[in-house]
Amino acid sequence: MSDGMDNPVVTILGGHLVDPAAGVDAPADLRIENGRIARVTAPGALPREGQVIDAAGRHVLPGLIDTHAHLREPGHEHKGTVADAAFQAAMGGITCLFAMPNTDPVCDSRAVCEMVINRARQTGAVRVLPVGAMTRGMENRVLSEMGELAACGCPALADAWAPIESSQMFRRALEYARGVGLPVITVPQDLGLSADGVMHEGDVATRLGLAGIPAASEEISVARAIALAELAGCRLHIAPITTAGSVRLVADARRRGLDVSAGTAPHYLHLTDAALIGYATAAKVYPPLRPRTDLEALRAAVADGTVSVLSSCHAPHADYEKAVEFSLAPFGMAGLSTALSLTLLLVKEGVLPLSSAVARWTHGPREVFALADAGTLAEGSPADLTIVDLSSTWEITPRAVAGHGLSTPWLGQTLPGRVCQTLLGGKIVHDSQRSTAVPPHHPEDAVHHA
Amino acid sequence: MSAVATDTGAATATFGKDLLGLKDLSAVAVTALLDTAEGFLEVGTRSVKKVPALRGRTVVNLFYEPSTRTRTSFELAAKRLSADVLNITVNASSVVKGEGLIDTARNIEAMNVDTVVIRHAAAGAPQLLAENLQSHVINAGDGAHEHPTQGLLDLFTMRRALGRVKGLTVVIVGDIAHSRVARSGLIGLTKLGAHVRLVGPPTMIPMGIERLAETPGSVRVGHDLDAALAGADVLMPLRLQLERQGAPLFPGKREYALRYGIDQRRLSLAPGAIVMHPGPINRGVEIAHDVADGERSVILGQVTHGVAVRMAVLYHYSGGQGELA
Repeated sequence: MSDGMDNPVVTILGGHLVDPAAGVDAPADLRIENGRIARVTAPGALPREGQVIDAAGRHVLPGLIDTHAHLREPGHEHKGTVADAAFQAAMGGITCLFAMPNTDPVCDSRAVCEMVINRARQTGAVRVLPVGAMTRGMENRVLSEMGELAACGCPALADAWAPIESSQMFRRALEYARGVGLPVITVPQDLGLSADGVMHEGDVATRLGLAGIPAASEEISVARAIALAELAGCRLHIAPITTAGSVRLVADARRRGLDVSAGTAPHYLHLTDAALIGYATAAKVYPPLRPRTDLEALRAAVADGTVSVLSSCHAPHADYEKAVEFSLAPFGMAGLSTALSLTLLLVKEGVLPLSSAVARWTHGPREVFALADAGTLAEGSPADLTIVDLSSTWEITPRAVAGHGLSTPWLGQTLPGRVCQTLLGGKIVHDSQRSTAVPPHHPEDAVHHA
Repeated sequence: MSAVATDTGAATATFGKDLLGLKDLSAVAVTALLDTAEGFLEVGTRSVKKVPALRGRTVVNLFYEPSTRTRTSFELAAKRLSADVLNITVNASSVVKGEGLIDTARNIEAMNVDTVVIRHAAAGAPQLLAENLQSHVINAGDGAHEHPTQGLLDLFTMRRALGRVKGLTVVIVGDIAHSRVARSGLIGLTKLGAHVRLVGPPTMIPMGIERLAETPGSVRVGHDLDAALAGADVLMPLRLQLERQGAPLFPGKREYALRYGIDQRRLSLAPGAIVMHPGPINRGVEIAHDVADGERSVILGQVTHGVAVRMAVLYHYSGGQGELA
């Protein structure tokens, strides 16, 4: 192995550190030893020792925690693999990734959990935490073995894309989850009301002649989840929420002191249902893109912290699956590589300050999911971090989405905030200078050549 | 060319590669298509019902939904223009499992086809096709999106029966939410300056439909048919999709006929109005037997006009030239 891998000391000099969990937003130098943050000091206090990264003019952030991604492996590898996701995550400054359980087989057992964790370890580029299914096979008939899932390292349980229609079953799942100490992530949707809808129900759907999904489908489900979480005493994370009504429900629950949090994804903060005009399947997602009024309410909620977590909702598909009639196209877009840039675009547009934006990806999920080892660069923490040039831009190419160009509405567009380097455990797993790099699951690529 | 005055004067119309919807057409282009159809109407009355305008061209009718009327109309229109016609009917149930739309279309195009006429249950399917083919694409109805040639033949029929479109008041009754006929109708009508009243139970009125109007304020929505009939020039009941009964859009045929059926009593509330219907009709449901066959019905005229209008569309969208009629 080469120098970068062998040298345990890395020094990052001249950058501006934003670490909301530690309350830092100031110029700082960092020293990494043995994969952890050894020292955080005022500029100029550290010797140029070991591998030196010049971060002058750049921002140093804790590696992002993405609490909602569909890695597609096992079972749907034509849509994506753990290695693809690791590559895109590193490119997007994400170092900790929650893998949603709707794979094939479903992540409801130690075997699948460990398989996903091991695949991620092989890439060496991102830490993957598999989210366990709430019910066996996500069939909503029998509870999953939540105790073992917790023991395997699952940070949470989820019902992603297979809502538990029986309120009694949902209640029991929440109660049992409380007993094993895991929070629950619920994707709010009322299947009966969503029915055969393929986009938000409103003027644009009427114009396109497409079946609509009303905002009420989400809001009914948010209201039910809050009531049941209160009954069960379980910690509940509702994500993604996308409507003004959901924001009001979550804000009310939090005001009442319930252990309820909410998340959303950057695309809901930038795109409205108008993005679907022309039958753009790249922007067909679930929950659907909403009108401007919802987008504005959601932006305000992210700014004021009612929505304390952002996640990518990364859900890629093969191009041939997206190049079909709109109503037949699957829901979902790729989001790992663009998540940070789209968040920085919010900062640029004055929606929220940089420190709050970073908090939604670091401090926020760290708190909600009680992650001791992620989301901060305080001394002693793992050296999982990303270095970003806020003044630079980059173009979204098919490579940035692992070849699935029809899974991003930003293909060919330019976004702010190029990720210069991403470090995992003190090792460089992404370096924008190496533009011809092959994905980092090839070991020789996970090395920095200064 | 025709004795009927155009609504928009003599400005030059331009046509794109494809006809995906009336939304994309200027009022001038709509009027030009109607004018061309006037010329073609006469061809159907000759003993030799053929002109050489599209001789040597190939038109494919690619139908993913069962349709007798529209497919036959397009087929006759193409044949009367001397084009070669190929009909392909794809079983809807094989769509998901079978070959994808783009692959099917590319295979057809590989046989050097000039124009593809597509009917599909999925809104937007013609656009997908148009983006992937060099051939001209004509939308023969896509889901609940548009049915532009139906919209044109309705305008054509009104213009012939009432002498104009501008200023008319047209009442469209029924399941607006699932109707491409209603959408193309209201877009075309408001483009040419007509007023549209949409009537049906709230379950059948889609959110924001009045904002599809080309002129703000020219579309109004109501739920009481009797109240909407005063001053109407055209009554257009839509076909009730009986399979949606209890779906739960409406309680049943009987209640629907009582509240929204066009019968003689209702006809008397709109003296002078003509009655149109896109077909096929459910007698005794959305339209009474004696209204459908009555003297104010122009329903069969619509079918005759459909061929002429589709000849005009094929002519303008298949690169036709020379002798028109």
